[in-house]
Amino acid sequence: MPHIICCVKQVPDPETPASQFRVDEAAKKVVPVPGIAPVPSQFDTIGVEAALRIKDKTPDTTITILSLGPESYRDSIKHSLAMGADEGVLINDPALYEADHWVTAQVLAAAIGKLAPFDLVICGRQAVDWDMGVVGSTIAEILNVPCITIAKEIQYKDGQVVVERVLLDGFETAESPAPCVVTVSNELGEPRYPQLRQIMAAARKEVKVWTASDLGLDAAQLKNLVSLERLYVPEVKVETEIIDGETPQEKAEKLALKLREAKLI
Amino acid sequence: MAEGVLVIGEATEDGQLAPITAELLGAARRLAGAVGGGVICALLGSGVEGLAKEAAAFGADKVFVADNALLKEYQGDAYVPIAERICKEQSPALVLLGQTMLGRDMAPRLAARLGTAVAMDCIDVAAGGGKVVATRPCYGGSAQAQYSFNTSPQIVTLRAKSQDPAPRDDSRQGEAVKVDADVNPESVRTRIVDRRKEKSEGVRLEDAPVVVSGGRGLGGPEGFKPLEELAEALGGAVGASRAVCDLGWYPVAHQVGLTGKVVTPDLYIAVGISGASQHMAGISQVKNIVAINKDPDASIFKVARFAVVGDWKEIIPAFTEKVRELKAQ
Ligand SMILES: Cc1cc2nc3c(=O)[nH]c(=O)nc-3n(C[C@H](O)[C@H](O)[C@H](O)COP(=O)(O)OP(=O)(O)OC[C@H]3O[C@@H](n4cnc5c(N)ncnc54)[C@H](O)[C@@H]3O)c2cc1C
Ligand SMILES: Nc1ncnc2c1ncn2[C@@H]1O[C@H](COP(=O)(O)O)[C@@H](O)[C@H]1O
Repeated sequence: MPHIICCVKQVPDPETPASQFRVDEAAKKVVPVPGIAPVPSQFDTIGVEAALRIKDKTPDTTITILSLGPESYRDSIKHSLAMGADEGVLINDPALYEADHWVTAQVLAAAIGKLAPFDLVICGRQAVDWDMGVVGSTIAEILNVPCITIAKEIQYKDGQVVVERVLLDGFETAESPAPCVVTVSNELGEPRYPQLRQIMAAARKEVKVWTASDLGLDAAQLKNLVSLERLYVPEVKVETEIIDGETPQEKAEKLALKLREAKLI
Repeated sequence: MAEGVLVIGEATEDGQLAPITAELLGAARRLAGAVGGGVICALLGSGVEGLAKEAAAFGADKVFVADNALLKEYQGDAYVPIAERICKEQSPALVLLGQTMLGRDMAPRLAARLGTAVAMDCIDVAAGGGKVVATRPCYGGSAQAQYSFNTSPQIVTLRAKSQDPAPRDDSRQGEAVKVDADVNPESVRTRIVDRRKEKSEGVRLEDAPVVVSGGRGLGGPEGFKPLEELAEALGGAVGASRAVCDLGWYPVAHQVGLTGKVVTPDLYIAVGISGASQHMAGISQVKNIVAINKDPDASIFKVARFAVVGDWKEIIPAFTEKVRELKAQ
């Protein structure tokens, strides 16, 4: 009975229009946009999809969704359950709300330890809020298991994990014995969308809620390794020249002449 | 006492010192004064010994070479323990890696083994007053964050082309030191079964002086044909947005952006691309962006130097023709 744990983080919707994106520089936080609900981090939903594809082939697979965050993160767990995952665990502890990436990895690793045995931990290649891309590999190091990053396909059979990795100029097939951690990329494909019936079933499913002490951790001992000094929206200053013309043909020719003038072609 | 800057170097496929390594050495030289100590470089690979001179010419005082046929290509389980050993023996205050395939995979694992943190995909590092501050884009490029570190060494990966290399100086003498490059088979748990390069013809996207990129506005894979013709006329390469790579209209190796490639051509022509921050993350250093889009409110126009509002189908053929004409003159 394979057991896959998918780490799912909830983030502000990355499709938020740039014009509505705001930062509270004093609080060093992104300001939530009214009417735009947070979403499960894109690569994490893709990770759930990867797990479900394994479950499609090996139906006795159990998929556990693991999330560290406030109560609102329950929405992302429910979405993952509606996609077809089996269990949900939310680690909700106010003492961990300001956790940096390394404290996050420690807490998730401790939770994975408590959920053991497991065959596979799947994370996103990066959470689409801070775009850091460290938690998956850090969990692997803490648990002392192998880690394969940036996957476009994961196959699991008889204790062996086979992963197609995306390289900058191609692909690579890597193998690892289970248990291991794999981080996934969008090349894996679109995550499935839950059906209404599944959404209703997921709504009724219980989500376990744990605190740091449930994991045998003392939150006061977990110290952040980095300090966020500043968060701001970078300025872009570009003077745009609009290439006008009566016809597309005229615009096209004007553009070419402009670029020639600017010595760009 | 930790001091000095360690650069984790890389070789290109054809055995040259990777441009990113020269850039990192440039950054390291600029930071060395404030951090204290010198600049050291680690070169891991197969047949990389000859590159030590190159690394010295670009600013390394000392180069640690781990040369082993088993290190021919990057593999985390083989590389990380060697880098870890070098860090423990040299105790640098700051470690720099590129935001490359190697850096993305190695930096977080190295940090975890050294009990420290890493700021990934940075565009700037500054040192002063006993503090290192790393600047990195986040929220898909919509925001930037600055981090300082509470532990040592501080590890930073830097985005390609974000740093200027120091001018090459072949009279610079660096000391090359061979280090233990043994790979303990037991620590190598993952196995690379197969590696396939996507061959692309013509100019490499990363080196191209001109990039013509297509987005979902092309309407289908056939839309790339005229873009390829334009790129050829300009002596450039073709890029793509993630939307079209996800749709399978163009190979993933051409994706430009946050999770694709960083490109720095003199001229970037975005065709049917809306200008999402995650796409712009791949061209943030490009000064001359031309945007061709039928939506006058498309956000790409806010960062474009030249804006053409219209249907690409009507504009590109005439534009290509004019370019050919001008080029022939
Ligand atoms: C975590 C994360 C990472 C991402 N990484 C990347 C990345 O690395 N690279 C990347 O590109 N994206 C990335 N994205 C996706 C990004 O957010 C956008 O969804 C994507 O860039 C949109 O691609 P597009 O501009 O081609 O398509 P669209 O946004 O659909 O834009 C199409 C444009 O074409 C125009 N158009 C339509 N028809 C015509 C016509 N006939 N003539 C002219 N113009 C026309 C439209 O007006 C529109 O502006 C990422 C997203 C996330 C969440
Ligand atoms: N708070 C969290 N809860 C659950 N999973 C997380 C959390 N933070 C990070 N992860 C996982 O780690 C991946 C990489 O995150 P990051 O290193 O923050 O970019 C994410 O895609 C998630 O799979």
